[in-house]
Amino acid sequence: MAITLVMDGKELTVEDGKTLLDVAREMGKDVPTICYHDATTANGLCRMCVVEVEGQRALQPACVVQAGAGMKVHTRSEKVIRARKTILEMLDSTMDLSEADEIQTMMKDYNTDANRFPDAERRESEIKDDNPMYIRDYSKCLLCWRCVQVCAEDAQYTYAINFEGRGFETQIGTFFDKTIPETTCVLCGQCVAVCPTGALKPRREYLLQQGMSPQEISVLNTGRKKRKAR
Amino acid sequence: MADHNLTPLKPAIESYIPMGRSGLLPALHAAQKIYGWIPEPVAAEIARSLRVPLADAHGVIEFYSLFYNEPTSRHVIRVCADVACALKGADRALNQLCSQHGLRPGQTTGDLSLTIEPSPCLGLCEHAPAVWTMDNGQSTIGDGTKADTQPASMVYGPIRMLTANCGNGTTSLEKYGEYDALKKALAMKPEDVVAEVKASGLVGRGGAAFPTGVKWEGAAKAAGGEKYVICNADESEPGTFKDRILLLDDPHRTIEGMCIAAHAIGATKGYIYIRGEYLYIVPVFEDALNEARSAGYLNEQFDIEIRVGAGAYICGEETALFESIEGKRGFPRIKPPFPTTHGVFGKPTVINNVESLCNIPLIIGLGSAEYRKIGTEKSPGPKLFCVSGDVTKPGLYEVPFGVTLRELLEMAGGVANDKKLKSVLFGGAAGAFAASEHLDAKMTFEDLRAAGLPLGSGVVMVFDETRDMRQVLQSLGHFFAHESCGKCYPCQMGAQRQMEILDRVATGKPLEGDLIRLQDVGWTMTDASLCGLGQTAASAVLSAMKLWPELFAESGK
Repeated sequence: MAITLVMDGKELTVEDGKTLLDVAREMGKDVPTICYHDATTANGLCRMCVVEVEGQRALQPACVVQAGAGMKVHTRSEKVIRARKTILEMLDSTMDLSEADEIQTMMKDYNTDANRFPDAERRESEIKDDNPMYIRDYSKCLLCWRCVQVCAEDAQYTYAINFEGRGFETQIGTFFDKTIPETTCVLCGQCVAVCPTGALKPRREYLLQQGMSPQEISVLNTGRKKRKAR
Repeated sequence: MADHNLTPLKPAIESYIPMGRSGLLPALHAAQKIYGWIPEPVAAEIARSLRVPLADAHGVIEFYSLFYNEPTSRHVIRVCADVACALKGADRALNQLCSQHGLRPGQTTGDLSLTIEPSPCLGLCEHAPAVWTMDNGQSTIGDGTKADTQPASMVYGPIRMLTANCGNGTTSLEKYGEYDALKKALAMKPEDVVAEVKASGLVGRGGAAFPTGVKWEGAAKAAGGEKYVICNADESEPGTFKDRILLLDDPHRTIEGMCIAAHAIGATKGYIYIRGEYLYIVPVFEDALNEARSAGYLNEQFDIEIRVGAGAYICGEETALFESIEGKRGFPRIKPPFPTTHGVFGKPTVINNVESLCNIPLIIGLGSAEYRKIGTEKSPGPKLFCVSGDVTKPGLYEVPFGVTLRELLEMAGGVANDKKLKSVLFGGAAGAFAASEHLDAKMTFEDLRAAGLPLGSGVVMVFDETRDMRQVLQSLGHFFAHESCGKCYPCQMGAQRQMEILDRVATGKPLEGDLIRLQDVGWTMTDASLCGLGQTAASAVLSAMKLWPELFAESGK
């Protein structure tokens, strides 16, 4: 069945069952997303994709809200822009986004102020380098949940990681902060693949960034193998 | 090491094992009763027994304030640090207690004999400053220094319908009498019961004011044989204490309301989710359930299980509460789908607040036409207001909808110590401030909405002219930063940034641009948050900015 709605003043007829994000993207509109990923269940938690739907008090997350007949949707109203801009500025004041290219682009698009929140507490954390495959740098983590999701029902059913803390203090973590080899992790690498900010990174890439040569890294890995074999 | 001895754990969690993941919170509570906290091997044993992934079990322990994964005493004294108690010197009470024992707030003695910590609102606002003590599984409440004496409920008002049995200790089934309204309902067709509740005009009393009958109709019509009725007794809105009194003094009214709901929608199972801070209600309610079972009101067709929260305001949000019953972190879900079709365990569920359910026996007993004679046309029925702060007679007031704020304050003896009124916080931390120009506003949904004030959960917290509202705002800011679940970005970071700015405002040293910054954060939370917590986390602050812009000015003094 087809339904008709209005998006940014333009009347559209679309297939029933599409999300507002699908519709917007098909129209070539730029609705930004952070937590959304094709491979994971949409949780609508980053709220970057919010749009204004007439008659609804709160803004609606386009990634999960289905296009409905007669909806009047505004993808870039004043309210929407204030919310997106403020979310980006709060992210910028909270974590290290230096390797989050997509978010850097969004910050340019929304003309954000890097010093919008002076004296703000940041989430900082030591780099966890505890396994041969990947490092975890939670100072760069923006809690999109993708890694937890692919580790669980969205892909691997491994359940090695979950959340620590609550609210602003939330962080991704293992059971009582165990090292990765002590968990159920099978080093499948799916969490690394879906991480949008470089918080999870292949260890080799990390070591190269630290200035090690490929040769030094392979020696390191051989050494590790040897130690394990003993 | 005694902490690592798993022998007493196994029998304590045995009954929860068949529940699987849903047994996680009950099992953690049971473990904490033994150890005082959840040491790693205990967590691992529970997770394995219930077949919950270790990381998930750890995530749950980490989410709830009343679960500890660091050494904590089995003897914990918690002093309420929220607004109503702060007005009555809670800070001093906490510091005195700490210095008596040589501890800092949040600390445990080396021998694990005592932990003292500040707590979010304990729901004992009429007894401020409130103290809640847990000693070896025994839970007691008190006011200030007399932590071991359970204070009597203070219940007043020109009508006593919902509170007919309140104010004189717990009402037994014998005193409550037969469940006449339930009998009447059982003789009616379920759809007629739903129609009666719809006709009564009852809207939810937990804060969201959703029409109860519409909710019931949705669940009644939803496909599926397995349906649930849940009583939301996670009363955690700062300034709210009505449900505590209803449950402690008159548990059968809630049970009868739940039984009627079960008949109306065809539910076979009920839960009452009681906040962890109300642990002392659990044995009282369990006794009442047993009385209701003996009398045959609860039976194999419908029975009720108690679930106990563990220190998370967010679990008052209905979908977060479902997650919690399911043994998960209390993250609110995206809606739709709504609980009426996809509630707890994904099944059709009616979830109602305690006070809402207490209205049900009245509605069925009187009939909706008679019930509607109480209150106003658009806000029918009796209403409970939790009056606290700077009034002569704080307490629970039952009034018909339509009395004015002035009349309510007069009932409560006016502003304490002959001082003048500065402000009233309506609806709790998620509410809004009123000023003396609102004194003649009628306390109805429609009149308050017109005045831009939320009725919320019925909080009326009074501040006299001498109060520094910046301190009050700072307290609200800390509350939301502590209670944000961390799921959606606007609230997770916004509550933190709001707190930081309000801290600066409270010291009279806001930075340039803080006013606009606070507004942008506030509106972003209001407009873009995922659930009601975030959407109202700035409500009181935004209302204060309108009433007292001078407080936020850079030279603000």
